[in-house]
Amino acid sequence: MHCASCVRILEKSLSRVEGVSNCVVNLATETATVTYDPKKVADNDLVSAVANVGYKAGIEQELKTEDQQKIEKEKELKVLRNKVAASLFLGSLILWGSFPGLMQFAPAILQNFWVQLILATPVQFWAGLIFYQATIPALRHRTANMDTLVAIGTTVAFSYSAFVTILPQVVENIGVKPEPYFDVSTIIIGLILLGRYFEAKAKVGTSEAIKKLIGLQAKTARVLRDDKEVDIPITEVVIGDTIRVRPGEKIPVDGEIIEGISSVDESMVTGESIPADKTKGDTVIGATINKTGTFLYKATKVGADTMLSQIIKLVQEAQASKAPIQRLVDLISSYFVPIVIMLAMATFVVWYVFGPTPAFLFAMLNMVAVLIIACPCAMGLATPTAIMVGTGMGAENGILIKDAESLETAHKIKTVIFDKTGTLTKGKPEVTDVVRLQGTGYSVQEVIKIAASLEKGSEHSLAEAIVVKAKQEGIKLSKADKFKAIPGHGIEGEVDKKRVVFGNRKLMDKEKVEVQKLVQDDIERLENEGKTVMIMAQDKKLVGLIAVADTLKESAKEGVEALKIKGIEVVMITGDNLRTANAIAKKVGIKRVLAEVLPDQKETEVRKIQQEGKVVAMVGDGINDAPALAAADIGIAMGTGTDVAIEAGDITLVNKDLRSVASAIELSKKTMRTIKMNLFWAFGYNIILIPVAMGILYPFFHILLNPIFASVAMASSSISVVSNSLLLKRFKT
Amino acid sequence: MSLDEIMVIIFGLIGIVFTLWFFLMKREKEVEAVGEVDITVSGGYSPEVISIPKGKTTKINFLRTDPTDCLSEVVLGDFKIRKELPLNQRVTIEITPQQSGEFKFSCGMNMYHGKVIVR
Repeated sequence: MHCASCVRILEKSLSRVEGVSNCVVNLATETATVTYDPKKVADNDLVSAVANVGYKAGIEQELKTEDQQKIEKEKELKVLRNKVAASLFLGSLILWGSFPGLMQFAPAILQNFWVQLILATPVQFWAGLIFYQATIPALRHRTANMDTLVAIGTTVAFSYSAFVTILPQVVENIGVKPEPYFDVSTIIIGLILLGRYFEAKAKVGTSEAIKKLIGLQAKTARVLRDDKEVDIPITEVVIGDTIRVRPGEKIPVDGEIIEGISSVDESMVTGESIPADKTKGDTVIGATINKTGTFLYKATKVGADTMLSQIIKLVQEAQASKAPIQRLVDLISSYFVPIVIMLAMATFVVWYVFGPTPAFLFAMLNMVAVLIIACPCAMGLATPTAIMVGTGMGAENGILIKDAESLETAHKIKTVIFDKTGTLTKGKPEVTDVVRLQGTGYSVQEVIKIAASLEKGSEHSLAEAIVVKAKQEGIKLSKADKFKAIPGHGIEGEVDKKRVVFGNRKLMDKEKVEVQKLVQDDIERLENEGKTVMIMAQDKKLVGLIAVADTLKESAKEGVEALKIKGIEVVMITGDNLRTANAIAKKVGIKRVLAEVLPDQKETEVRKIQQEGKVVAMVGDGINDAPALAAADIGIAMGTGTDVAIEAGDITLVNKDLRSVASAIELSKKTMRTIKMNLFWAFGYNIILIPVAMGILYPFFHILLNPIFASVAMASSSISVVSNSLLLKRFKT
Repeated sequence: MSLDEIMVIIFGLIGIVFTLWFFLMKREKEVEAVGEVDITVSGGYSPEVISIPKGKTTKINFLRTDPTDCLSEVVLGDFKIRKELPLNQRVTIEITPQQSGEFKFSCGMNMYHGKVIVR
């Protein structure tokens, strides 16, 4: 769509479709909102109407807003709460009137079976309706679930009790005392619904992180259009819009400052706690808060492309992914419910044939206990809830985890390899020393001039440092010809018609340039200070040295220390020579150094360490170190900008804080511990309590599980799993 | 052994065999989806098994008509998708599988299952 006439053409075409009552086309967002009669109009009719006039359309279903969904959920919870209260109240009355030891104190009316039947019926068919509503369609699909078990269990107890109430003589004739079990059916329904109520409340907490992220989004933007400032919904902001942001306001979308200075609090998106100073040319992130100044900026990313949207998408995807540990649960859960039904039938048969008298009652009550105690929900919830809370906590702290598998692998990491430039260091090197060599006739300024003229065309971070230095010194640069970069060595070219090579020792050896002892001493001295020394030769003769140093990140030393405390080996990898590399490694406390590694060899070095039998994490920048990050068991990318999605890492640290490497590993350990604990409880619970409900302890200790206690255990099992996952929220970086 | 006990054993065995056959030996009906497929969510997924082409985008439209809370989410773990399915609202999920094979999907609690076969 290009102009207002497209809008009119489309509106006209869509309105012509029979059944369409209203149509509004928005040029800025390229969307059409169509009100139509679904009986007369199919989605395809609308797509064809758009296609007929030469455009292409996709259908976007109008989903209920978050608020509407929340209101509906709250309504559902309220209904559930009422059902819980009613069934537990009625159940308690029945229990009072029928439970041995209690019934003596109950009014006669409550001991009347017909009254109990009247009290139990609404619980069974109103409060318990949801169990039938889930069971009947499931049976049509030949599947069974939790609700099937509850429906069968309570129906058996209720039907038997109703039969006893209506036709007591029939039961008496077969030698069974006519006693109903309405307390069992009602209390089970009440307790299971109560469990479900708490579980629903707790589950809301597991997806809180994503809701918080979505809630960060600004609603409107103050955009300059036709020299006027207008407030428009954020969905209508387009790339290139100029937006004004005042102190205290939320920055609506990602962009670049074109006027003004300010300090911006980015903690909500990146987890970085210190506000960042911003000036013209700097990038700002949507949903962060402008603290001090007013500025104008140009929108560079809108809608799904903003950093926040990408983070939300990444977290959502991670929360939906499956951890390898869950495979076994998946397998078991597909067979679980039918197996429980079969076990319940076997329980009935065994108790009826071999059990004590009254055999029928024992058989029935134990069968109901087996059906009620089985809890597949706890197994189903064990892993995903922990993954959801774990990845959510990561995102809140600026640690984005790509998927559940990465979260699971991270706790096994034994070695962490840090790339030096841009990861341990800030990646913004500065020229620290310039040495001119005696007898060449060049001054320090001239050495800088030749180097900067040559480096002007290079994209290397060291080149930038030299060009900046020349600018600071006010040196006018010459034109360089025949420029060529030699990866891992340096550069060559012609300046003022003289051939110049500029790079490391390897380049000098390659070019057969002799490096005298005195110069060698200078080089060693500078390298021992952790500086990268570049040697310049003109027509095969040494001209000068330029030393460049990069500043270590504030978090580097602590980040390395935190890993060492965990017993993790820390390695530094760099293209620098061994002396410089060692000097820097010493500053941060790294003992194992892989120096003089060419960019394309980093991947091989990662694999070599993996062959030592170690689980390796590589920390680097997501773009240049992508192959090495991919080769590592876990690639940890340092966030470099607002393009979170293109980073190649399994984990991306948007907070750029090296201490987060240890935090990510810790988060993985805690999440895995939670998952294992959840699975232990969920499996252990079912494996131990189902045989108890079947009566396995009866021959030895005369212990049987009352179906009411079975429902207490069942209701608490899911809640305990979800609550245990929620404990992960206490995680602190 | 009395007659009623023999009857209980016979009916018990029949019940167990029936349960085994009914729930665990059902034949999955596969529906081939070209471009788009509608899945109704009620007591499970119908169709339960869909086959879709590799490398092409397929729209899967879920419509939940069953109020069971368990079905209110659908999870396609292999495609990293977890979606809320509001009652009586069509929710479209687009997938472009790059690998062939069988990929299971389930409800949020992993109790109802379906399958996507990529060919």
